[in-house]
Amino acid sequence: MEVKDFKSGIWNKAVNVRDFVVNNVTPYHGTYEFLVGPSEKTQKLWDSCKAATKEERDRNGVRSVDTEIISTVSAFAAGYIDKENEVIVGLQTDELLKRTMKPFGGFKVVQKALSEHGVKPNDALTELFSKYVKTHNDGVFDAYTAEIKKFRSLGFLTGLPDNYARGRVIGDYRRVALYGLDFLIKSKQEDLAKIEGPMSDAVIRLREEVAEQIRSLKDMIVLGQKYDLDLARPAQNAQEAVQWTYMGYLAAVKEQDGAAMSLGNVSTFLDIFIEKDIEKGLITEVEAQEYIDQFVMKLRMVRHLRMSAYDEIFAGDPTWVTEAIGGMFADGRTKVTRTSFRFLNTLYNLGPSPEPNITILWSATLPQNFKDYCAKVSIDTSSIQFENDNLMRAHRGSDDYGIACCVSYQELGKSIQFFGARTNLAKTLLLAVNGGKCEFTGTQMVDGIDVDTDEYLDFDKVMANFEIAMKEVARVYNDSMNIIHYMHDKYYYEKAQMALIDTNPSINIAYGIAGLSIVADSLSAIKHAKVKPIRNEEGLTVDFEIEGEFPMYGNDDDSVDLLAAKAVADFNDELKKLPVYKNAEPTMSVLTITSNVVYGKKTGATPDGRAQGVPFAPGANPMHGRDSKGAIASLNSVSKINYNDSKDGISNTFSIVPKSLGATEEDRIDNLATTLDGYFSRNAQHLNVNVLNKETLMDAMENPEEYPQLTIRVSGYAVNFVRLTKEQQLEVITRSFHESM
Amino acid sequence: MDTLIQKLLLIKTSKNILNVHSIESFGTHDGPGIRLVIFLQGCKLKCLYCHNPDTIETSGGMEYEIEDLVEIALKMKPYFGKKGGVTVSGGEPLLQSKGLIHFFKRLKEEGIHTNIDTNGRILNHFTVELLDNYADLVMLDIKSMTEDGYEFLTGMRNKETTFTFAAHREASGKKMWLRYVLIPEITNKPELLHAMGEYFKDYKTIEKIEIQPYHKLGIHKWESLGWEYKLKDARENTEKEIEEASAILSKYFKEVKIN
Repeated sequence: MEVKDFKSGIWNKAVNVRDFVVNNVTPYHGTYEFLVGPSEKTQKLWDSCKAATKEERDRNGVRSVDTEIISTVSAFAAGYIDKENEVIVGLQTDELLKRTMKPFGGFKVVQKALSEHGVKPNDALTELFSKYVKTHNDGVFDAYTAEIKKFRSLGFLTGLPDNYARGRVIGDYRRVALYGLDFLIKSKQEDLAKIEGPMSDAVIRLREEVAEQIRSLKDMIVLGQKYDLDLARPAQNAQEAVQWTYMGYLAAVKEQDGAAMSLGNVSTFLDIFIEKDIEKGLITEVEAQEYIDQFVMKLRMVRHLRMSAYDEIFAGDPTWVTEAIGGMFADGRTKVTRTSFRFLNTLYNLGPSPEPNITILWSATLPQNFKDYCAKVSIDTSSIQFENDNLMRAHRGSDDYGIACCVSYQELGKSIQFFGARTNLAKTLLLAVNGGKCEFTGTQMVDGIDVDTDEYLDFDKVMANFEIAMKEVARVYNDSMNIIHYMHDKYYYEKAQMALIDTNPSINIAYGIAGLSIVADSLSAIKHAKVKPIRNEEGLTVDFEIEGEFPMYGNDDDSVDLLAAKAVADFNDELKKLPVYKNAEPTMSVLTITSNVVYGKKTGATPDGRAQGVPFAPGANPMHGRDSKGAIASLNSVSKINYNDSKDGISNTFSIVPKSLGATEEDRIDNLATTLDGYFSRNAQHLNVNVLNKETLMDAMENPEEYPQLTIRVSGYAVNFVRLTKEQQLEVITRSFHESM
Repeated sequence: MDTLIQKLLLIKTSKNILNVHSIESFGTHDGPGIRLVIFLQGCKLKCLYCHNPDTIETSGGMEYEIEDLVEIALKMKPYFGKKGGVTVSGGEPLLQSKGLIHFFKRLKEEGIHTNIDTNGRILNHFTVELLDNYADLVMLDIKSMTEDGYEFLTGMRNKETTFTFAAHREASGKKMWLRYVLIPEITNKPELLHAMGEYFKDYKTIEKIEIQPYHKLGIHKWESLGWEYKLKDARENTEKEIEEASAILSKYFKEVKIN
């Protein structure tokens, strides 16, 4: 394949993958019937993977781990699953499912994770990292103030990326295939030459960063050589395009172990190469599907070394290889191609799976055949999620974007985001009724809030104090983020990923909140019913008695839903006032991952009647069982949260039993697609869809060995149900399953 | 006392009020697409298999202003898509035809598809106006093809009312679905199915027939009402029995759907 095979454009002169895609894509409007099953090679290879993942489960979640080598782009010899059947090659190490040390985030975390599996790093490394080499984690704790530590240890701020990689950056891995590394190196060298004085901190830092990126690109050439691939030049056919793109991604997951390591949106790009080879008669549908199946299989085998405490927040060993599929171009054409279908088809060819985290960019104007196929795949596998393409394009500006982590827009190759974990907004509300003190320890967290001794809580007073609490929590949160991202850049810079992104990209910081439904219902109870706090000897609330009825979030009732929307807007406004490291734009998400369980544990009784320790609802979901007016009322409530106040995403997880979705498969497909059209027409942003019977989940709890691939969507990602802890499994089962009849 | 009862009756037949048993906001089994299903209170029949026996009594229920129901429908409208809309079921909705005329008229003004799930026993000038002008679809429940069967199941005589109703709908040229509760050995008999097919085979307005396989999910409601559940000994159909019934009906109807 030569450059002349393609329609030329700006992309020929400068790095611009979007321009290449826009000029060369073949949108597809047809049905899924062209798809084929897995090839014999794919089946053999997947059998090996299934056997290996079974061993992994049998060995307490870790099949093997390396204690000798620090993982870098070119560390480790080539690794294969079964070389003669591998059409797309490359593993993170020399062995399938072997986990590695990536100690620059924090060496103690690596030691801890290894010790949990009965091993330790080799002595030379231990000495090196104990005496001579500093990590991100060391740097952060050098700079943390006593105040930040207090907010962190008492659970107001949780999941901060201060001892592991921040992730969320999405390299534009397509660049490796389209341009080859020689061109990318040359381009970065030109950029570097143009970064001139006066030598401010920012300029010096950028020069160092670009120099690191160039070194990393050269390292990727070495990685390719280990697999006999000449990544220095562009891909010359479809198989190479897939292989080259994967090698770009592989470089990233060899070097970094960020919580979320998204892939981007590669399917439309790869389709151009596949279409060309099919047109030339070089390959058939069998090979096309084989490339995608095997690529996806590799993505499913990505692993990171984690300590068990990490599992509380990010349960089920997720890697967030998020791939965004579908959506529309700004010119009105669809981005859907045959390869969009081929990616979805992997969920049949290889069975359901949480990874890659397939995210459909939904638009009312997507081809109906594609909408129907997405609905079918969702119903059959519960493995995919949906996001509002029209909304994100309109408010964020580009039609060439991926989804960072779970729900967050990120323009590819042009921008990045700083992961901001989240703050516990329900606990922040408790500060408002406890004179600014932690409800458990009595520690003074926030000044300026009067001690409340009223017999019944007064709405206006609580709101005024809540605003003070939000302002102060936002300030401490912002301080912690500035330290974390400064140190991450300094000690654990994502050089491989940043090498595949424009020099000096725009940045948004992705703050987050948890506990929204509790805040909304609590404020509603205080406003519409009478709430009597029960206080202990120290004057701290231990429980609340509610007299009378109050409207609850999730029933399409403005008198409470607007309280939820306002809390989001208010906290976001506080965050927006605060300057961020590298001038990042503040954005916020309503998202919990699986931390809704641990957040619940760390939060006392709340004025909505929730008892101490009870899990939060995930993301922006209404609290379990309180959305009693049916599925649509529940969806409508969530859709009232304004995307402009929460541009990093508003996660909603929707679970429904198959029969409630319709009597026949055709009805179910039709009704799910129509529900998505309806929900997104109200400017809602995200929907996880589970179509499952509770009985299936309960059976899987009892007989996990029979459900190795049972996948369920949680907040913004999917997990293998059997890899959740019992506690998390129970929490999933108690969620609202919309059921009629 | 009498005047109070009269007043209450007046309210219930008022054109601005509907007496509602319950509302389902994500109905996927009562007409095309996703539907707001409004179950109205009150029915003159007492079908042995009724899975909503608590809707039978004409007293009880919640009075809803029609404009409030329209507002609920409007909040759901984005989810109706091209096929969905509002279904009134019951109970027997046609007992409240006067109010329904007003309700459906408002829904049509808002561009919302309307559907009535009925046993078809009432055909007066109110129901005719409702059916002919405002009901996009009617789902007519065929209880039994024999008079004895009809009486056994519903407690009332005169199955012909159903057929008169069907004939009226056919003459109006507007869409209709048939529904048929399939009970082994009671309604699931080849001769009854053939008879139904023969009777309706030339109807042009019938888009499909929905088979509703008998289930026992409603029994606890009968018990909690203190009523005897007379179909205790009936059993649910096997897959094969459903398939066989479906095969017979397929000879006569454009589409047979197992609901």
